[in-house]
Amino acid sequence: MSRIWGFLAVLALWQLAVSLHFLPIFVLPSPLGVLSALHNNAALLLTNGLITGAEVAAGLLLGLALGIASAIALLLLPALRPILQPVLTASQAVPVFVLAPVLTIWFGYGPAPKIAMTVLLVYFPVASGFLDGLLATPTADLDLALIAKAGRWRSFRWLRLPHALPHLAAALRIAVTYAPTGAVIGEWVGASQGLGYLMLMANARSRVDLMFAALLGIVALTLILQRATDHLLRRFGL
Amino acid sequence: MTRDWGLSGTATIGGALLFDSIQLTLAPGWTCLLGASGAGKSTVLRLLAGLPSGASFDGQINRPDRIGWMAQRDLLQPRLTVAQNVMLLGHLAGRRPDPARADALLAAVGLDGFAARRPDTLSGGQRQRVALARTLMEDAPLILLDEPFSALDPATRATMQDLAFTCLQGRRVLMVTHDPVEALRLGNRVQLLHNHRLTDVALPDLTPPRDPALPEMAQAAAALLAQLRGQ
Repeated sequence: MSRIWGFLAVLALWQLAVSLHFLPIFVLPSPLGVLSALHNNAALLLTNGLITGAEVAAGLLLGLALGIASAIALLLLPALRPILQPVLTASQAVPVFVLAPVLTIWFGYGPAPKIAMTVLLVYFPVASGFLDGLLATPTADLDLALIAKAGRWRSFRWLRLPHALPHLAAALRIAVTYAPTGAVIGEWVGASQGLGYLMLMANARSRVDLMFAALLGIVALTLILQRATDHLLRRFGL
Repeated sequence: MTRDWGLSGTATIGGALLFDSIQLTLAPGWTCLLGASGAGKSTVLRLLAGLPSGASFDGQINRPDRIGWMAQRDLLQPRLTVAQNVMLLGHLAGRRPDPARADALLAAVGLDGFAARRPDTLSGGQRQRVALARTLMEDAPLILLDEPFSALDPATRATMQDLAFTCLQGRRVLMVTHDPVEALRLGNRVQLLHNHRLTDVALPDLTPPRDPALPEMAQAAAALLAQLRGQ
């Protein structure tokens, strides 16, 4: 419960700052103003939130599937590893957000570029983290596979996969916090719906309270995803 | 079974001689291979097991189709249950699992009722018991042990030595160790790998497992230690 006091203190300071006219209302709306914007635009926020949420979910699932598949492919095709593994590692240092305008040119203004942006944000940490885990299986453990004359699949199933699952879980926990940001940036570049679009639209009309309301929606979406992922992973002991 | 299992030949590692035309034949019972660190005893064991050793070997190796393997680390898989760990080599080999046999072996190593537990809930000694059960599960005629008890505390080590000796009765066992007392305790034969050669160590006239508290054991251990130090 003590965590709540921190939030309340920030909110109180915020409300105080606005009430004492430190900042004009069109720069910083009051918490109560944001609350009433949330209330008055609930349907609008929900519709657009669901659209962004769907983009995030699609991007997450696709990025996760592609990342897992790539890691397994690179494990089973050692010849490709020296070429592609450095790319995977280096890609983590690239701010993929800068690709958003390019993705819009390639995929148009529909949901595709937003999903693609999310996929990029999810794919690289998942592929790289999972592959690291698969390759980091101790050789002493892999000796057991040689003693049992196990093929690649069984040594993957019984030794490498269980060893790599915590690495995959850690990568997924990080990916999930980035995913909504990816979709929102995709929407900023060009969209006709979604929370990111709503933010830009509110901005153009100087509706700072609505902007903040949309922002809260994005934060809520991220927190829900984070909690759901954590809950799911914990159920599997990860 | 008509063949004698063992290894004969020469091995080099990175161009340096490791052992020179040694001949190791594994008779029934326990053979203990003793040597200082880096003498090449683990290489002998890994060559016999058909595992990568990093050495180039010129010679002959005879081994049965199925081998039991126990390493210094217990190699328990943290995300599998104790029973799954016991059946791990069967899973890896694609054989149908036999949980009833796994339970029986767990009982035999004193871990009745531990089947559903996770390895991280076990003590070091209990974990090595599970590793022993996993080795027994294979029912292999040749068992290779790579310093399996060296990480245990002295009391647990002695208990595990007795348990392994009882459980592995009737099989051919090769145990690599750097502990003279352990080798003297368990070995039907003790071979010393020293200066690239194998020498047969004279043993006290007692049946293993020998009591290390006896004076002739203390004497033999002291003599063996002197030999290990190259005196």
